[in-house]
Amino acid sequence: MQSNSSMRTPLGRVRGLGSAKSGTGHFWLQRLTAVANVILTVIFVFVVVALVGKPYPAAMALLTQPCVAILMLLFILSACVHMRIGMQVIIEDYVHEEGVKILAVMANTFFAIAVGAASVYAVLKLSFGG
Amino acid sequence: MILAEVKPAARPLSPHLQIYRWSWTMAMSVAHRVTGTGLYLGTVLIAAWLVAAASGPAAFDTAQWIAGSILGRLVLFLYSFSLMHHMVGGLRHFVWDMGKGYEPQTRMAMAKFTLVISTALTVLIWIVVLATR
Repeated sequence: MQSNSSMRTPLGRVRGLGSAKSGTGHFWLQRLTAVANVILTVIFVFVVVALVGKPYPAAMALLTQPCVAILMLLFILSACVHMRIGMQVIIEDYVHEEGVKILAVMANTFFAIAVGAASVYAVLKLSFGG
Repeated sequence: MILAEVKPAARPLSPHLQIYRWSWTMAMSVAHRVTGTGLYLGTVLIAAWLVAAASGPAAFDTAQWIAGSILGRLVLFLYSFSLMHHMVGGLRHFVWDMGKGYEPQTRMAMAKFTLVISTALTVLIWIVVLATR
């Protein structure tokens, strides 16, 4: 029988969420979106390069292709989740005053959601016929 | 009972940036954060460009004109480099996440490769952009 020298309760060990109560959720989500971002970034770059110098009708014809629009939506969502967690890590590293830190983390979440919502709205509006 | 007064001792702070000699790994680590922050702010421009496209031809033409100006191109160049650098730096982190690449020579080589490959990819993108314009 293995001796239990841990200070943690058996229930705490089973839950595996640590003192922050969220476990490795952010860590894993950051890796998951990073993998998605590698694939989606390459596609995004191809789309943007293809749009260079195109007049409005031709640019919209490409941007509203279902496959292109879906991939743009996925890129926006994955990037916004990823950048929200990344900026939260930076805030938690450098902002030490508790009140300011909480406000900064909140503002960071609002920013990511606002940017994501605006982009998703624009892509959907274009796709569903301007 | 009188509790002992807790006085903050004049301890030395832990060493920070200015103490260390700059190394490739340190520079690329800092660059990963800087490019990440740049991309974070840059998403506002992508959102604005998409909203302009959704607003109609006039707004889209204005957005395209701004993107094509000298300042616009400078921002786009920095954005594309940040995107490539952060992506290649992220691939490096995947290697570390798998518990590999921690040897001094390996991590130094990976740090240098991060800069070389991300610069090469950025140049490649802009060659294609300028050639197909």
